[in-house]
Amino acid sequence: MSRRSGRLQQSRDAGEFTRLTREEHLDQPGSFAIQTLNLRKVFGTKVAVSNLSLTVRRGEIFGFLGPNGAGKSTSIKMLLGLVKPSSGQAFVLGVPSDDVEVRGKMGFLPEDFRFYTWLTASELLRLHGRLCGMAAARLRERVPALLDLVGLTPHRGKRLRDFSKGMLQRIGLAQALIHEPELIFLDEPTSGLDPMGRRLVRDVIRAQRDRGATVFLNSHILSEIEITCDRVVFIKEGEVVASHDLRASPDGEVCLVARARNLSAETVAGLSQWSTSARLDGERLTLATHSTSVLPDILRYLVASGSDVFEFTPERLSLEDLFLKIMGEDRGL
Amino acid sequence: MGAWIMAGVTFREAARRKILWTALLAGSAFLALFGTGMHFQIKDITRQSLPPFIRYQLEAAMLQVGFYAVDLLAVVMTILTSVDTLSGEIASGTIQAIATKPISRWQILAGKWMGFAGMVATYVSAMFGGVAAVGYFIGGVLPHHVLRGALLVFLECLLVLTVTFACGTRFSTLTNGVIVLGLHGLAFIGGWIEQIGAMTNSPRLITVGVVSSLIMPSESVWRRASFELQSSFTRALQFSPFSNASAPSAAMVGYAIVYLFVALMVAIYHFQQRDL
Repeated sequence: MSRRSGRLQQSRDAGEFTRLTREEHLDQPGSFAIQTLNLRKVFGTKVAVSNLSLTVRRGEIFGFLGPNGAGKSTSIKMLLGLVKPSSGQAFVLGVPSDDVEVRGKMGFLPEDFRFYTWLTASELLRLHGRLCGMAAARLRERVPALLDLVGLTPHRGKRLRDFSKGMLQRIGLAQALIHEPELIFLDEPTSGLDPMGRRLVRDVIRAQRDRGATVFLNSHILSEIEITCDRVVFIKEGEVVASHDLRASPDGEVCLVARARNLSAETVAGLSQWSTSARLDGERLTLATHSTSVLPDILRYLVASGSDVFEFTPERLSLEDLFLKIMGEDRGL
Repeated sequence: MGAWIMAGVTFREAARRKILWTALLAGSAFLALFGTGMHFQIKDITRQSLPPFIRYQLEAAMLQVGFYAVDLLAVVMTILTSVDTLSGEIASGTIQAIATKPISRWQILAGKWMGFAGMVATYVSAMFGGVAAVGYFIGGVLPHHVLRGALLVFLECLLVLTVTFACGTRFSTLTNGVIVLGLHGLAFIGGWIEQIGAMTNSPRLITVGVVSSLIMPSESVWRRASFELQSSFTRALQFSPFSNASAPSAAMVGYAIVYLFVALMVAIYHFQQRDL
């Protein structure tokens, strides 16, 4: 599992979204790709999204994380105008999310993409391009280019009914990009894809960022998110509970694994001045600290206390570790 | 523009999935059977040396049977092909990829409606033309006001189509099918009750029939179409399986048009309001 740098912020100080007032949202709706304020959706008596307030900067790759039933899909649907919020506000690209015209600047790959199976791959892309208002001449260039991008050129004349799940996911990605949108929502884009397909999706997402587009990514594959995203938020019970900047400086919570001899119980107890937890298991010492800046002090302390240190390895919390830490134990659905 | 794209897709879907061709093939089989029946009827009538007037009326009655069957086939085909188009795409999530494009929901619905309307128009034209051609070339008879009759049957199908759309925005495919077939069945039975009421001079039965026509005017439109297609002699008979003891008035046709328009508005309103 990859270990990477990052900075975790709890929701009370989790970036700009909690500090923005309603007036600020309304005054500068165009400065972000996405802004929501106290967004709420209730189906009957079930609260799907309780109070979602977040911002997504233009040009960033944004990860939207949460356990099953956290309200992620409903939130995305509200941002796309598919579901009407019960209360609260949502802006995309500076206009209310139910604006029809703004959808011409947005692309969407639904989870488990399905479409008319009687269409061929080329026909599907042409249809979606026409629905986005693209001219025939432009489509003649874009359709082959996109089929090539997602590796489906040899299957351009094949009907969707003969496509595998992975091929459907690829053509779904292509339809989301056909009109070169400014904001792209990808809901589980790598589900059903083989490793080559996942690599392709990663490359496509980065290419979109390079051309200035914003990508809103929802995925359960945290290793993918970790590699791809600039920033993530964690959502629980329809509310943002934490934000994590994946491109921030490497300082932050770190787990340290050391192997040493002659470690006494007193020495381990003395680590409490830097460590939130320390556990000795034979020669293996595991402890957690809040900052990498204390690592030299810990090493000096161990050597000074007479221990023979053979190994001293700081390991950052992975996104999966963070996810589990924030979301807690799985108590079932 | 979005509505026209959706109409084109819907019509192409009917052709590509062989829905329209299968329906027309089944219709051709029906026409062949109908032509065979009429051919033998002519032979028997000729053998019996019936007077020309009686011969004409028998052939016209046979023609009426043909139009009645076409009406039934057209209504059933309209329901079966359109019952899944909204509720099915909503349930499967297919609609999400379309509804997130820069076209209004009313355009999606109107486009689909126009596509199906085009398909129904093709079917009704082909089948009406086929029955009329069989009547003319084999039986030597032409129905009265065939264009008016075809337009009324087309109106009936549009009415059923629109109610199917309106229910499809709220209910699942199966529930939608049950509701629309139930409504058409109610109108059918109501029409017969009204006929019997008119024949037996029972105002209460007529009222029951009229009320059922107000709930679902599809059968009334067919009875008006049937009235338009009949010869004056058949009309005078007043009661046979395909004649009318009481023909619905032009006002009822007007009511059906208003009903269709209101159902379309209801469908658009529900589709715009609902979560997808």
